[in-house]
Amino acid sequence: MSAVLEVRELKKSFGGIVAVDGVSFGVEEGEILGIIGPNGSGKSTLFNCILGQLQPSSGDVHLDGRPVTGMRPCDLNRLGVSRTFQLLQIFPQLTVRKNLILAGQEHRGSMLSRLLVRRDAGLAAASERMLAFFRLEHLADEHAGDLSYGQQKLLDTAMAFMAGPRLALLDEPAGGVNLTMLAGLSERLKAINAEQGSTFIVIEHNMEFVMALCSRILVLAEGRVIAEGDPAAIRRNPRVIEAYLGHS
Amino acid sequence: MRRHRRLLAGGALVLAAAFLLIAPLGLRPYGIFILSMWAVMTIAAIGLNLTLGYAGQISLAQAAFVGIGAYLTAYLTTKGWPFWSTYMLGGVSCFAIGWLLGYPALRVQHHYLAFVTLAFNTLIYLIFRNEEWLTGGIYGISNVPRPSVLGWSMKGGQEFYYFCLAHLVLVSAAAWWLIRSPWGLAFVALRENPMRALSLGVDTRRYTLMAFAFGAGLGGISGALYAPLVQFVDPTPFALGLSLNLLLMVVLGGSGYFFGPFLGAIVAVLLPEWLRFAQGYYLMGYAVLVMIVMAFSPTGLLGLADRLTRPGRGAAR
Repeated sequence: MSAVLEVRELKKSFGGIVAVDGVSFGVEEGEILGIIGPNGSGKSTLFNCILGQLQPSSGDVHLDGRPVTGMRPCDLNRLGVSRTFQLLQIFPQLTVRKNLILAGQEHRGSMLSRLLVRRDAGLAAASERMLAFFRLEHLADEHAGDLSYGQQKLLDTAMAFMAGPRLALLDEPAGGVNLTMLAGLSERLKAINAEQGSTFIVIEHNMEFVMALCSRILVLAEGRVIAEGDPAAIRRNPRVIEAYLGHS
Repeated sequence: MRRHRRLLAGGALVLAAAFLLIAPLGLRPYGIFILSMWAVMTIAAIGLNLTLGYAGQISLAQAAFVGIGAYLTAYLTTKGWPFWSTYMLGGVSCFAIGWLLGYPALRVQHHYLAFVTLAFNTLIYLIFRNEEWLTGGIYGISNVPRPSVLGWSMKGGQEFYYFCLAHLVLVSAAAWWLIRSPWGLAFVALRENPMRALSLGVDTRRYTLMAFAFGAGLGGISGALYAPLVQFVDPTPFALGLSLNLLLMVVLGGSGYFFGPFLGAIVAVLLPEWLRFAQGYYLMGYAVLVMIVMAFSPTGLLGLADRLTRPGRGAAR
């Protein structure tokens, strides 16, 4: 087992406010790591710093042993790192199918060669598979903006897997998804993890979901890692309980 | 429903093509000239539709590129260069200048970008007007020759109209190909949600620059046809007014719709001529008409058609 992602002493401050305060962790190949923490503990900022959406103030990020700190999101994505967003980000005016094709096309050939191929970029079969996997087939030709919130959330997640990423960072995949869809989502994520051997980092507020999905959990509070361990240990950890509930 | 829409669109296209082929036979020279101007302006509007309609990058500099293409062609063909070389040069140099103009778009967006491109248009206009040694100043360059194709002279109005129409068909086919390729999808992604596009591996920097370059290149080609069509270039037509007019063509026709510029150019180039019977009132009537269309259908004429043929749905592309 080798570390896919290594984060060392990552810091990010906005003016005088330190949002991420020296976070270090590693993720092993094939692992599903959960990141939890109260609102404002720096989870999403941590994601944005790892993914190049924000420039970290200090510290570094390594992917497969290569430094990738501050690399542009599109370059990082082509190295096999994909993500979803807390507030979902899809292309509402495009059909569901086109959203998926777009999510895969930049991984095919060069920019010049993409000018010379058809629109589906040879991704027709792959997008069909993804539609079936996330049970969105009946919506394939609908505009993504016409879908329900939960369906859009599923599409957002499906887009993250179109290019077969090595590492996927999922920011609250269960947020706003109803209970019946939720059970299915957890199973699907596990199936992708097992079949594609992709590594996941999942930010989530839904404790049941995160405890069932993840093999290891990192707890953030006020920009620092306050606990790390398997779900059972995290559940019992007094510092975690204190961070969520405050002093008694 | 889908099939019904396709049939409707196909029918309209066949009728339009038939009209364009037959029309000059029954038109007076001035009518043929206006119809040729429609074809030339549609090419520039197709370019702006790539930049603005598909990739969402506002540009008020399209007239400058038409001007650069026109002046290059006028200057060089009156010096004896063959039309084809100046035509290629017009397209290629505007492609390169448009690429450079794309760099500000990487830093500023929306109305800030509008002002950057507006300033560029004004700069180019001032060069046309003030650099007399090169451009002839306000007197411009006259006696721009019309080319001949394979020994077949395009001097007559009718011949030159078909020449422009053939270019419009070629440009349309190329633009259609571009929009149907993965680039078209990447352009739309750039317009709709650049942050998400970036996280999906879309190199938004490069695509932004290319959206400007291709849009400007078509502006240059349009200009290269403009010069031999009018056979005279002077600075006035390439002032900001034409950029705004081209913007009107794109928005009124339906920005981000492939056939939007064709319709928009009908409204902007042909309609004012048809409304001339109203004499002094025609510009007022024209302005009111444009306001009504924009108020009732912000997505333009094709946006309206889209809504009408797709019942029970909101506006969507």
